[in-house]
Amino acid sequence: MGSAPGAHLHVEGDTVLHRLPAHTKLVGLMAFVLAVVSVPSEAHVALGALLALGVAVLLSTRVAARHLLPRLAVETPFAVFALVLPFVAVGPTTALGPVTVSQTGLTAAVALLLKGTTGVVTAVAFAVTTRPRDLVRALQHLRVPDPLVLIASFMVRYLDVVADQLRRMKVARASRGFSARSVRAWPVLAAGTGALFIRSYERGERVHLAMVSRGWTGAMPMTSPLSATPGQWATALAPALVAVVVSVGVRMAG
Amino acid sequence: MTTPVLDLRGVAYAYPGGHQALFGVDLHVHPGERVALLGPNGAGKTTLVLHLNGVLTPGAGSVTVSGLPVTDENLLEVRRRVGIVFQDPDDQLFMPSVRDDVAFGPANLGLRGAELDARVVEALDAVGVADLADRAPHHLSFGQRRRVAIATVLAMRPEILVLDEPSSNLDPASRRELADILRSLDVTILMVTHDLPYAVELCPRAVVLSEGSVVADGPTRELLSDSALMARHRLELPVGFSI
Ligand SMILES: Nc1ncnc2c1ncn2[C@@H]1O[C@H](COP(=O)(O)OP(=O)(O)O)[C@@H](O)[C@H]1O
Ligand SMILES: [Mg+2]
Repeated sequence: MGSAPGAHLHVEGDTVLHRLPAHTKLVGLMAFVLAVVSVPSEAHVALGALLALGVAVLLSTRVAARHLLPRLAVETPFAVFALVLPFVAVGPTTALGPVTVSQTGLTAAVALLLKGTTGVVTAVAFAVTTRPRDLVRALQHLRVPDPLVLIASFMVRYLDVVADQLRRMKVARASRGFSARSVRAWPVLAAGTGALFIRSYERGERVHLAMVSRGWTGAMPMTSPLSATPGQWATALAPALVAVVVSVGVRMAG
Repeated sequence: MTTPVLDLRGVAYAYPGGHQALFGVDLHVHPGERVALLGPNGAGKTTLVLHLNGVLTPGAGSVTVSGLPVTDENLLEVRRRVGIVFQDPDDQLFMPSVRDDVAFGPANLGLRGAELDARVVEALDAVGVADLADRAPHHLSFGQRRRVAIATVLAMRPEILVLDEPSSNLDPASRRELADILRSLDVTILMVTHDLPYAVELCPRAVVLSEGSVVADGPTRELLSDSALMARHRLELPVGFSI
C-alpha cells in the first residue's frame, strides 16, 4: 500500500464525527473557520478558547496521535511565518525577554498562530473522519460545479498513481547512479518533471476516452445523494455557532 | 443469418496529423461469437476499437451495431451496446470507489436508486468481486482492477464486450481466472490481443489486422498453424507452444 502523505487522510472509526453526513461536516468546517478568522486579532484569550474547542473536536475523533501528527505537519509553514512576523513587522516595539520586537507584529503573530492552528486542527478532524468518496459526494450535494467536483475526485483517485510514477522514476534514476546533490542535477530533475507532466496529460486523455465510452456527456450523474437530519445539522454547526457568538461578543465588549 | 452485432464495411481512417491507420476494414461479428483480433504493434487495432463506439468517425465506410448505424444521434445507445474495456485499468477506473465506478455507466443511461444498486451488484458478481464494492480502486491488486474494469462495462449490459489486451500484465493465476470468467459470460466478445495462446484458448475465430487491413479471418487454430502467415505479420507463438 502506498504511503504518500495526503493520499490516505481518512482513518476508520465510529465516533459522532465519523457518522455525520459529509456535507454537514463540510459546511460546519467552513462556517467555523470563517467565524474564527473574523475574531479580532487582539482577542487572544477568545482565540485560545476557540483553539481549545478545535482541539476538543479533533480529540473526539479518537484517532491515534501517530496518525494525527503527520497530518498536522501542514501547519509548519504557518508556524515559521508567525515566528518571523514579530521581527519583520514595523511600528511600536516592545521588549520580549532580551530582544525588542514589533508590538503589532507580535499581536499578529500570536493571532495567526492561534487562528492557523485552529483551522488546521479542525480541517484534520474533518479529513480523518470523511472518506474521499463522501467528500466528493458532499461537494456534489452542495451544488459545487461539476468540473470542480471532477477535479477533486480525480485528485483523490490519481494522487497515488502519480506519486507511484514519481517514485518509480526516482528509483530508475538512482539505479543509474544519479543523485540530486548539485545544481548540475537540475536539468535531469526538470526533464523528469516534464515527463511526469506529459504522462499525466496522456493519462487524462485516456481517462476521458474511457468516460465518453461509458456514455458520459459532461454531467456527473448524482448516484447516491446524501441526506441529513436537523439534529445532524445542529451537531455539525455547533462549533461554528460558538465561534460566531465569541466573535460577536468580543466585538461588542471591545 | 442473424443481424451481426458488429458490421464494419470499408472502414478507413487517417489521424488528423495525416497518418493513415485503417485502409478499408471489413469485419462482421455475430451474436454469441468470441473473436480474437490479432496484429502486431501499430497495426491499427486500437484505432479500430475506437470506431466501434463512435469515439472515432471513419473517413470512409460505415460501422453498424446490431443494425443501428453509428452516428451522432445514436451515440448513447451505441455506447450502451458496445462495452470497451481499455488496456490500463487505471484509465478505466476513475472514481473514488469501486461502487461509484461501476455505477458510472448505468447512471449515465439514467438508472437510479435500487435499480442502479442491483445493476452494480450484478456486474461485480459476474466477475466474482462483489466483496470489493466499497474499496478504492488504487488499493486493489492489478488482477482485481482488471476484473472491476470489466464489471464497469458489464453494468451497462452491452451486446458486445470489446477487450483491449485483457491478459497483459497478469500473472499466470489471474490470467487463468480471467479466462474462466470471460468464458462464463453470456455475451459476444471481441478480444484484441498479442497473446496467441490466450486467443486459441478463448476464441474459436480470429481476425488478423496488419498495417490497417484485415489480412486473414478464420478458425484461430488454422490461422496460427499457418507459420508463413504468422511470420509475415510478426505474430509469434511462445517457444515450446504448439497448436
Ligand atoms: N492519436 C494519434 N495520432 C496519430 N497517429 C496515431 C495516433 N494513435 C495511433 N496512431 C498511429 O496509428 C497506427 C495504429 O495505431 P494503433 O491503432 O494504436 O495500433 P495498435 O493498437 O494495433 O498497436 C500507428 O502507426 C500509430 O502510430
Ligand atoms: Mg493498441
